[in-house]
Amino acid sequence: MTTFFAMNGYGFYIWSAYGAAALVLAIELLTLRSRRRSVLLEARLTRPDDPTDPTGAAE
Amino acid sequence: MSLNWFRYASPATFYPLAGKMIPWFYGAAALLAVIGLYVGLVVAPTDFQQGDAYRIIFIHVPAAWLSMFLYVVMACWSALALGFNTRLSAMMAQAIAPTGAVMTFIALWTGAFWGRPTWGTYWAWDARMTSELILLFLYLGIIALRNAIDDPRRADRACGVLALTGVVNIPIIYFSVHWWNTLHQGSSVSLTKAPSMAAIMLTGMLIMSFAAWFYAIAASLARIRIIMVERERGAAWVGELEEVRNA
Repeated sequence: MTTFFAMNGYGFYIWSAYGAAALVLAIELLTLRSRRRSVLLEARLTRPDDPTDPTGAAE
Repeated sequence: MSLNWFRYASPATFYPLAGKMIPWFYGAAALLAVIGLYVGLVVAPTDFQQGDAYRIIFIHVPAAWLSMFLYVVMACWSALALGFNTRLSAMMAQAIAPTGAVMTFIALWTGAFWGRPTWGTYWAWDARMTSELILLFLYLGIIALRNAIDDPRRADRACGVLALTGVVNIPIIYFSVHWWNTLHQGSSVSLTKAPSMAAIMLTGMLIMSFAAWFYAIAASLARIRIIMVERERGAAWVGELEEVRNA
């Protein structure tokens, strides 16, 4: 296992590359999830003729 | 019986269709990524010249391919949106840009960490690397331009023009390794000749490319659904969505 992560001395470069790629993709997915939540909530608050509209934002 | 494809050109009908497709594309991407990473990091042997450093190829090349393909796809949707003033095309272009930027960043970053052990430097103003950096700026510029314009239809047109102008950079990236003899190597895989790499390495790279493709499709579809709800909020079909009622 240790030899696998060492990658014959290239471990630092390989895991920096793979780690950053995984991190960026994770950030993209989390951003999508949080934006989806806020956009759905915003859409509920602007629903036409929504009797429960707490903000009065509906046109 | 005729199938009406234009039916899906309306956000109200495309939204649920995209919702059904997203889990399949994410699933396929995850499955292929697991297989591709296993082939690339475990099965494929150490390269006799580069040692294990070459294993960065399994993310570098798929990300680099996608960074260019996604730009062309985005530009095509932009052209359709500009030409026919279609809402869905403009939303498609808008949805692709951030994933394109992510792929471009991954291509540049992994390239730097591959360049250091093999060329002795993280970065050089090499033709391929510089034009790929310009691609990142184009993606970021298109995203920033959209955020700077309040009216979405005006933003569609402005971003469309910028995206189409930027297409000129794509052949420059693609042919840079032929036109200028700088640091970056030529392609190992091309349509006109047999690939100059071992079969198992090529297999791993292709599997990872499909994984990246499916990921990009899933993420873009997820984003276009967000864009649709955001831009069409107040419309009856958005108000009737279950996820909006329960938000």
